[in-house]
Order: sequence, then structure tokens, then C-alpha cells
Amino acid sequence: MKIVYPHMGYMWICIKAMLEYLDVEVVVPPPSSKKTLLLGVKHAPEFACMPLKLNLGNFMEAAELGADTMVMAGGCGPCRFGYYAHVEHAILRDLGYQYQLVVLEPPQKHIGELLGKIKHITGHQSWRKVINGIRFGYHKAEAVDELEKTANYCRPREIKPGTTDRALQAALKEVIAADTPEKLPAARKRAFEIMRSVPVDRLRPVLRIGLVGEIYTLLEPFTNQDIERKLGGMGVEVDRSIYLSEWINEHLFLGLVKNKRSSKTAREKAVKYLGHFVGGHGLETVGNTVLYAEQGYDGVIQMLPFTCMPEIVAQSILPRVSTETGIPTMTLIVDEQSGEAGLVTRLEAFVDLLARKKQTGEVLA
Amino acid sequence: MYCYLGIDVGSVSTNLVLTGEDGTVKHSIYLRTRGKPIEVVQQGLKQLQEALPGKIKVAGVGTTGSGRHLAGVITGADIIKNEITTHAIAASNVVPGVQTILEIGGQDSKIIILRNGVVADFAMNTVCAAGTGSFLDQQASRLNIKIEEFGPLALQSTVPVRIAGRCAVFAESDMIHKQQMGYNVSDILAGLCEALVRNYLNNIGKGKEILGPVVFQGGVAANAGMKAAFEKALGMPVHVPPYYNVMGALGAAMLAREATNRKSTGFKGFGVADRDFKAGGFACDGCPNVCEVVEILESGRVIARWGDRCGRWSNLIPGEKIS
Repeated sequence: MKIVYPHMGYMWICIKAMLEYLDVEVVVPPPSSKKTLLLGVKHAPEFACMPLKLNLGNFMEAAELGADTMVMAGGCGPCRFGYYAHVEHAILRDLGYQYQLVVLEPPQKHIGELLGKIKHITGHQSWRKVINGIRFGYHKAEAVDELEKTANYCRPREIKPGTTDRALQAALKEVIAADTPEKLPAARKRAFEIMRSVPVDRLRPVLRIGLVGEIYTLLEPFTNQDIERKLGGMGVEVDRSIYLSEWINEHLFLGLVKNKRSSKTAREKAVKYLGHFVGGHGLETVGNTVLYAEQGYDGVIQMLPFTCMPEIVAQSILPRVSTETGIPTMTLIVDEQSGEAGLVTRLEAFVDLLARKKQTGEVLA
Repeated sequence: MYCYLGIDVGSVSTNLVLTGEDGTVKHSIYLRTRGKPIEVVQQGLKQLQEALPGKIKVAGVGTTGSGRHLAGVITGADIIKNEITTHAIAASNVVPGVQTILEIGGQDSKIIILRNGVVADFAMNTVCAAGTGSFLDQQASRLNIKIEEFGPLALQSTVPVRIAGRCAVFAESDMIHKQQMGYNVSDILAGLCEALVRNYLNNIGKGKEILGPVVFQGGVAANAGMKAAFEKALGMPVHVPPYYNVMGALGAAMLAREATNRKSTGFKGFGVADRDFKAGGFACDGCPNVCEVVEILESGRVIARWGDRCGRWSNLIPGEKIS
């Protein structure tokens, strides 16, 4: 059994660690690229959103590397993502790929549902080992998230452009190379030393922008056209509203790990504007925007794949949130188009607006 | 005499504006980009040089528009700013106290909200380009009307027909339907203007408070039919400034003046027009993205690179080698 799972940012690092620790053979698809998207667009229904197209491309590219079992997340709720595992499987079968399908669904009642599926993949491993494996993967996700957060802090402050990105890549390599839970703490330490070696100007004034929106678009830099790096280059410190480890803790461990940012606060904040679950991260998008406003951020950018229903609901509410809390918001919609100039113009204009607003605000204060 | 130069390289047109020290327009040039931004910028500089008396000195250059980085690298611009900022700066200088700017260009439509002379909010078309200049151009040519006649014809209409404006493709088939039903061209054109204004206000202007004075600019502002439709929909007068189609370049020139205040300019001189610029390129093989990296060469020397997603090439100082 050679397992493949689709890309979502650096998620592959964490799942690969977990599965290889449990002696499962893993095929990591090549990073999502133009070729991946091209394959996906060719075979996916036109009005499906970009995540489906990229997942499909990932699976097709992985098949060339010998993968035979696809592991996909599932879900239930108004967002059609819940179908994706089955739709993708059916498309691949029609194309002649011989894939076995395992759908991992966030447990609705008990964590045992999920453990059962994991047991199916891992075979004869003891429960103890399985749980250790999951913990190992989770710790890797945490390390990667911390590194990304550090990079977001350094990027707008770096003295020589490009040093943060190079350091991040080197630091990630350290974390990836740790193949047992015992080696991870030391690797993590080395990785942070690399990040600390980036020369930064701590006194430089920066703008702070929060990123909200659909999880895949936020986590996968290929999809969002590297928005965090682009904003960093414009002198903006970015905070992403969802990090992988937070999501895992919330949805897979049902909040087992304490002292982690939870989307519960965000959902509570959203109630004033949106009273019920709309699927996906619609509620969180609204709520996080309110939170960012309260935390004194300069602006919020919402990202969503074209045709994403939960986010469209949130999008239509954001102008009201913006007027009532005073935080400027902007929505960016992504699809297979690679029109980068348009994206850069919008980002620059938004950053300009925030900078001017901050300047005049400071003069008045 | 010291002057400031603003260059706006857009998808359809490239504009150059030369202002005096007081911000008044001394000369403006409007050219079609025709997909050759480098050539057109050079051509514009040449025309400008010929049109000017010898004793003018350019003290600052600003570029804007989607080709701003390209134009900035070629001319040695002091400031490279996007269209939103430059349009806002220009409009608030030409029409003091402006609170809303409606801007429709070749590919983009945007709304800029100003309060107390500062951009307070803006929006740009996200996924749809219905209602932009290119679409109007295309419809005019389908009806065999010169784009200059579009506005006056639309104004002749007494009963505008209702046309679906949400999507350019639907608008076109609706227009064809109305035309087969026997409506005359001026009523169809007026209906199209109203549909596009409706679409603009619903998609771009949604949730924004439109207060007067309202300025309408960009190439489409030449169309009197669109201006009339905006006035009808908003119920207030809409100003079209005299330099409505070069407002971006005008704003860039104004920003260049601000940026070069007590500093020397990076302007490479009008000689740029005769220099040999080339855009070379290659596909990077560093990863499966296979990014198309574009290199701008001045007489065989690389002066800028862009197009890579990872920054491997664009962060590179010209001359540095990658091992």
C-alpha cells in the first residue's frame, strides 16, 4: 500500500512524519504547480472550486510515482467539500486510475471514528504506537506553524530582501529531516536558530494585516499566489487566521491541547452578524474579522476560491462588519487564472490606503 | 523650467503627462499600447521631447498602470505607484473636495471613496470585466459604430431598452435579441449604458456610500451615454475632468514631485528613447512551477527580472550568479 494525500501548504510534512513513523509507505505528490492545476482543470467539472482541481492534479501526479491509496479528508455540512473525496475518486476511476479510497472525516461524536480509519491505514500497529504517531505528526505541524509565524514577523523587517525566505526553506529542511519523535526537539531548536539569524530591523514601522477566509486558500501558497510573501515584501506583518496545528487540535483532537487559539472565540464574535453555521469557515471569517478589529490590526484580507459558498455569505457580511468596527477589509477571489498584476495592484492599493490611514490617524491623535 | 513627468502604461493606452512645478498640465500624450509597452514608452518620450522647448528640465518621474514596473525600470522612475493612488491624487487636485471617483478603464473598473482628501475605501472588479472599455469597444464594432459615436447616439434615445448587464456574454445575447425585435440602435446603446452602470453600482459600488462631488474618469468617461446613465442612476451631477483619460499619469507626475522634493531624480533622460531595450526570458527549472522569468535588458545588460514565484531570480541583484 502506497499512500498519497493531497497538498495543503506544509501539511505534507506533518502527515508524512506520522505515517512513516507507523511504517506506512507514503508518496508525496510534487508540490502543486501549474502542471498540477492544468491536469486538474482538464478533468474536473468547470464550476468546482480550485481545491478540487488541485487535489485531482495531485493524485494524478502521485499515480506516476506509484501511489495506490488516496487518503482524503471528508466532511459534512453545507460546503460541498464533503463530496470531494468521492467525486475525485470517481473521476480518477473513469480516467483509468486504480485507486483505493480512504476518507478521513472529522469525528462528529467521538475521536474513535477517526482512529478507526487511521487503524485501517496503519494495519497491525498497536494503538499506543498509532497515538504516538499522531502526536509526532502534530508536533511537526506545530513546529512548521511556528516557523511560518516567525517568517511572517521577519519578512517586513528583513534588512536584505529574500533572506527570510531562504532561512525559512533551510529551517523547514531541518524539521522535515527529523524522522523520530526523539530527534524533533533538537531539529526544532536548530530550525529556530536559523530563523533567528535573519538580520531584522525591529524598530521599522510595519502595518499589520489579518488574513481570513477559506482554509485551503489560506494554507496553500500556490493557490493564494504567495500572498504572505507579497505582503511581507510591501512591509506588512501578516497574521493568518488559521494555522494547521490549530485546525488539527480543534477538529481532530476536539480541543484536547490547551492554550491554543481556538475558533470558538471567533464563532462567538460572529453571532452578532451571522447567527448560524453556513459551512466551511464562513462563520470564522466573519468572527476573525471582528477579532482583528478588536486587536487593533490595520486591515483584513479575505481570500476565497471562486464559487465558494460559505465565503460568499461571509463576503456579503464583511462590509457591515467593516463599517461598524472601522477596520478596512478587502476580498480576493482566486481561480485558475494567473493574473498576478491585478492581484499585486489590489494589494498595493490596499496597503497604501492602510498606510495613509495610519499616518493621518497618528497626526490627529 | 522644472517639470515633472508622469507615465501611465495601461492595457489599452499609454499616457504621458508633463506638469509644471505648480501641477498644471503642460503637455499630454495619449498612445495605444498595442501590446508593446516598451516601444510605446520610448515613442512617447520622443514625441514629448520634440514637442517641448529646449530649456525644460525633468525634475522627477513617476509611473503607474499595470505596466508601471516595466516603465519605471526603463525610465529610472522616482516613484512607482498603482492606479488607485494616482487616480485619487489627480482627481482631488483637479476637483477639490471630491468624495467619490468612478473609474472605468480598458480592463478594470474601480470606485475610490475619498473623505477629507484621503482615500477611505476602494473596490476593484474582482472576477468579471463586464462593463469595462474593452467590452464597449467590442459591442460598438459589432454594431459597426465608431466608439466616438457611441455616446452621442446613446443620448438620442428616448426609451432605453432593458438589457441584462450582469455578465458580458449575457449582455451581448440580450442586445442581439433586442436588435432582432426591432429596437433602434440608440435605444439599445442607451439600454446597454444603463445596464453597465447598474452592474457597476451593484458589483463594485456595493455597500459604499456615494457622496458628491462625483468624478467620472478613465477612457470610458469619454462616453457621454455612460455619464448620463450614471447621473440618472445616482441622481446627482457627475463631473468628467478635462484630462479624464490621463488622470493616472497626471497623478503619477504629482507624486513624482512629492517624492523628489529636495532630492535628485533618477530619470535616465530622454536619451532612453534611443536606447536598446529588450525583454528576454527563460523558463526557470528550479521547481515544477516552471515560472516564466522575464529579463529586461538594456543594451545587453540585465536591469530587472520578474515573473518567478519564489523570488530566486527577482531578488537577485543584477550580475549575481546562481550556483
